[in-house]
Amino acid sequence: MSAFLRRFMRNQAAFAGLLVLLAIVAVAIAGPSLFLHAGPFELAGPPFSPPFGRYPLGTDMLGRNELAGLVYGARTSLLIGLAATLFATLLGVVTGGLAGYYGGALDHALMRVTEMFQTIPSFLFAILVVAILSPSIRTVILAIAIVSWPPMARLVRGEFRSLRNREFVQACIAMGMSDTRVILLHVLPNCVSSIIVTGSLLVATAILTESALSFLGLSDPNVMSWGFMVGAARDFLQRAWWLCAIPGVAILVTVLAINLVGDGLNDALNPRLRH
Amino acid sequence: MSVARDRARYIGWRLAQAVPTLLLIVTLNFLLVHLAPGNAADVLAGEAGSATPQYMAFLRHEFGLDQPLYVQYLDYLRNVVSLDLGYSFREGMPVRDLIATRLGPTLLLMGTTIVLSIGLGVLFGLLAGTRPNSLRDNVISVFALVSYATPLFWVGLMLIVLFAIELRWLPTSGMVNIAAFYTGWAKAGDIARHLVLPAITLSLFYMALYVRLMRASILEQRGMDYVVTARSKGLTERAITYRHVLRNASLPIVTMAGVQIGNLLGGSVVVETVFGWPGIGLLAYKALFARDLNLLLGVFFVAACLVIVVNIVVDVIYTMLDPRIGLR
Repeated sequence: MSAFLRRFMRNQAAFAGLLVLLAIVAVAIAGPSLFLHAGPFELAGPPFSPPFGRYPLGTDMLGRNELAGLVYGARTSLLIGLAATLFATLLGVVTGGLAGYYGGALDHALMRVTEMFQTIPSFLFAILVVAILSPSIRTVILAIAIVSWPPMARLVRGEFRSLRNREFVQACIAMGMSDTRVILLHVLPNCVSSIIVTGSLLVATAILTESALSFLGLSDPNVMSWGFMVGAARDFLQRAWWLCAIPGVAILVTVLAINLVGDGLNDALNPRLRH
Repeated sequence: MSVARDRARYIGWRLAQAVPTLLLIVTLNFLLVHLAPGNAADVLAGEAGSATPQYMAFLRHEFGLDQPLYVQYLDYLRNVVSLDLGYSFREGMPVRDLIATRLGPTLLLMGTTIVLSIGLGVLFGLLAGTRPNSLRDNVISVFALVSYATPLFWVGLMLIVLFAIELRWLPTSGMVNIAAFYTGWAKAGDIARHLVLPAITLSLFYMALYVRLMRASILEQRGMDYVVTARSKGLTERAITYRHVLRNASLPIVTMAGVQIGNLLGGSVVVETVFGWPGIGLLAYKALFARDLNLLLGVFFVAACLVIVVNIVVDVIYTMLDPRIGLR
């Protein structure tokens, strides 16, 4: 563990990404009670107040506090990014694990399904799912998870396949251990590092997907989100371009930070793969 | 001659393989409509409440909602197979015709994006990978890292602010200047001017992806035995890079380009929406806005078909680039 931490800390970009990410998480959790007096949908002042005046980031076209939108949007992005990734990871680990461990016809069938899901234009499918099931936090999470599990399934399948033939796993099977025990106690723990790396990058993709969905108007109407803020301010681009610019920067910084952390985890957890 | 026959057989085999995928998509469409809260006719008519009684009756008839579920499914399947994607009352046109008129602009945008993102991605990846950890590499890598994390719609809007609103160099939206009535080359030039910003927006993310991939691929190839051999027989670094490394390192890019086609179509929904580019992405957005879900289902189906076709084309190209990979 300490060797892992040392390797991770040595990677300056990953460390910087981690600090930024922790700051965003802290603001998302504590922001509303520390420095916000009103929710993101409440009117705070005159519309189109420019940034750096009475309101730190100005107000939007309806006079809502842009900073409040940003803070509550962080909650939405992080929540959806994490939940969708957990769900996709679960789907991917179960599918990939069964395919990789048992092989044969089951493997063939499951991998065909995975391939099909990879062929489907994923963002369009996500749009369809959210549009038909009507937009809410739950349907957005479901839609993102459904389109993002295949890479995880392929990764887990590969790991399971190679671990299945390793001596220590063969020994467990020879000892008469049940499949469930072998998988949960011996095979799965050996893939955790790869799953974490892929999962961390999935969080970044999920946040980007969520922002694009909410930009198109497919977000929970009761929850503030960064993509929704950009989409709503789009019609006022000529008059107040910063209303589009600010939430976009928030998305960019968050996704960049997560990607840096993911790359850092990859380098630290799989030192063999480094060039 | 036999290569041509092999190729034809390969394409036929791949098309046959695509059938289950299309079946899955049709099934997913069907399931989604029936899983949705409320009656399928309500879902398809939308929640706007503006559906006329005739439209509802038409939908009930089209989806045979009085029939048992498996009959409904088989009917739906038969319609799709005969390329009958239904009728859009909002647009007053059959869905199939509506999509057909929008396919051209989307293909133009996608084609330009593929050429631009692969071309620049390979170039910058090569520049970065041949001199790792230099200033040049760092600048390119940081640029790729940032582009990779930027939402497409935001890039589009910021480009509009800069180049269309502030500098007034390029048009903000659309594909042609309707007021100008250009013909011939002037029209092509007009379309090209409208294409610049959407193509750059859509390319940026994929270019970043290819730069990262190409850089890693170059680094990997440079350690291979054949490079050592080439160096020991006295080839210049330049010759090694361009004659040997570049070709081998480009293969993963072709693979990735095939994988990304579906995502590219998803991205074009966002980009076409931002720039008012009249392709199937904008059609999907309008369908979404009008809650014309039948049209949305049609766009999704056609997009999936497009992905399958492009993937087959990519695989054929792949076998041409690398003869070691046989046509199975």
